[in-house]
Amino acid sequence: MNNIGVLMTCPMSEYLENQLENRFNLFKLWNHSSPKPDFLKTHSSSIKAVVGNTKIGADANMIDSLPNLEIVASYSDGLDKIDLGKCKEKGIKVTNTPDVLTDDVADLGIGLALAVLRKICVCDRFVRSGNWINGDFALASKFSGKSVGIVGLGRIGSAIAKRAEAFNCSISYHSRSKKPNTNYKYYSNIADLAADCQILFVACALTEETHHIINRKVIDALGPKGILINIGRGAHVDEPELVSALLEGRLGGAGLDVYENEPNVPEQLFSLENIVLVPHVGSDTEETSKAMADLVISNLEAHFKCKPLLTPVL
Amino acid sequence: MADKEAQQPEELPVVFLHRPPSFILPFGDHLRSQFHVLDPYESPEPYDSFLARHAPSIRALMTMGPALVSAEFLDRLPVLELIVATSAGLDHVDLPACRSRGIVVTNASSAFAEDVADCAVGLLIDVLRRISAADRFVRGRMLPVKETYPLGFKLGGKRVGIVGLGSIGSEVAKRLSAFGCTIAYTSRNKKQSVPFLFYANVRDLAANSDVLVLCCALTKETYHLVNKDVMVALGKEGVIINVGRGSLINEKELVQCLVGGEIGGAGLDVYENEPNVPKELFGLDNVVLSPHSAGGTPEGFEAVLQLTVGNLRAFFSNKPLVSEVSNE
Repeated sequence: MNNIGVLMTCPMSEYLENQLENRFNLFKLWNHSSPKPDFLKTHSSSIKAVVGNTKIGADANMIDSLPNLEIVASYSDGLDKIDLGKCKEKGIKVTNTPDVLTDDVADLGIGLALAVLRKICVCDRFVRSGNWINGDFALASKFSGKSVGIVGLGRIGSAIAKRAEAFNCSISYHSRSKKPNTNYKYYSNIADLAADCQILFVACALTEETHHIINRKVIDALGPKGILINIGRGAHVDEPELVSALLEGRLGGAGLDVYENEPNVPEQLFSLENIVLVPHVGSDTEETSKAMADLVISNLEAHFKCKPLLTPVL
Repeated sequence: MADKEAQQPEELPVVFLHRPPSFILPFGDHLRSQFHVLDPYESPEPYDSFLARHAPSIRALMTMGPALVSAEFLDRLPVLELIVATSAGLDHVDLPACRSRGIVVTNASSAFAEDVADCAVGLLIDVLRRISAADRFVRGRMLPVKETYPLGFKLGGKRVGIVGLGSIGSEVAKRLSAFGCTIAYTSRNKKQSVPFLFYANVRDLAANSDVLVLCCALTKETYHLVNKDVMVALGKEGVIINVGRGSLINEKELVQCLVGGEIGGAGLDVYENEPNVPKELFGLDNVVLSPHSAGGTPEGFEAVLQLTVGNLRAFFSNKPLVSEVSNE
């Protein structure tokens, strides 16, 4: 398969790069950044697969410029950077990396909530500054027993629920439709969910419907004692509204892994002690990165050997 | 029910407050409504004469913070029968001296257990997933020169070894089980009907674990329980979480192992010489440091107050104590 052209859209995993280079004729889009359209024109006919991620996927322009594109294998669970409509129209297969990253993303969600409520990062800064000599740290907030609301009760949302239950948290959720086979309380209205919970986790897919699903109304409902944890996509949250709510004390705190305009993070948040900011590391562990990369490779190999795809979306 | 007039303090049961001069918990009002609280540092009288004058009426004593209860101190309280500690740890109390004088001791582990367990889990996720380091990174606006930020490590599937499966250790086990960790433990005695694998000593536990969580009491036997030998057994990717007492670990050797890469990381809430923390740790991204605040939430403090009052009321009405510590 060494003559099959595969386009990698941006650096995402050295391990994956090496694996792709060993098996295919790998083109790295970032080595040809100017001008992209020319590069794509020269090599486009040999490219049969695109490997993208949450930063750069496969939009309509890219798909249109690759006439022989057969498959988009995303190094991600989320599909918001792929023009699925266009792929469907052109019969292009799409695969992603669900399941292997579920645990890591859920772990990070709970870790962020603990860090915000128990002020773990603030405490760490306090100790490192040498200020403990001068006096004890003020009380933090208890995590166990708090009421948890989850937006999106898919794989990741369910994993968050399972973990939170071990902390004696009550679980409620909002999603497109009520899920059978759960005892968790369902809210058809997300603002009502926010009003009734103390920690709100965003764990749904980003679609047109869920864009800015966390808006001012929801933030105000969550309130000055409420905590927002976003391990979904930046665009789930109206970021300017979130920032002003935090600055004005209308929202109790936030733990964020994703932002509307990565890698930019609103600088007004940097001085706040009731938030924790991490740079989109939801699935960034040694174990899971390798598992995701292996899944991308397996899907590509399956496709080019005319075998069933492992994790097809389309 | 008839209105209760505020009872004169002299009519209420006497409780002596034993604390370091600088340490006070916000329980004053609650306690004074039910007990005649003797606080030597709120009296103009010199400590020694205050203590001597009241000693004949002191049957119950409450400790706040690490004020030592030594055999010599006990000798000054000839009618003392009960010590109510507001901490989980009792390493500041001479337990054998209490036992030989027939003095019963209660602690507050169960009131703190959830909060301390939450802190232990929070520290562990932070160390493995580099949450504090990443937060520093984002706030420092250090956009990477390379595109990739260092990866963390997955929590699921890790073998967690809990040292001390008491009220706190049990809550830690319950939580980490939900993350897909396998739980093993060491303890003075094997616990019946506990589904976790038991190891008779901490070195064997470490050799078969990826993470050690220290939740046990500090005693003569557990002093420096975790030393270089144990840490080498835990291994280069091993993580230690300490929410017990600083002296459970040989701190000098811990620092050497962390700086030298002999173990993978640590989350620490306690230290050998608080509030002093070894400065060599400040530059490490695989270490998360907390200022002995694992029990520090308003809910935890409220629970301690309830438990403390519960023990005192039980004692003064000759009922079974709520959280008596068995004298093993």
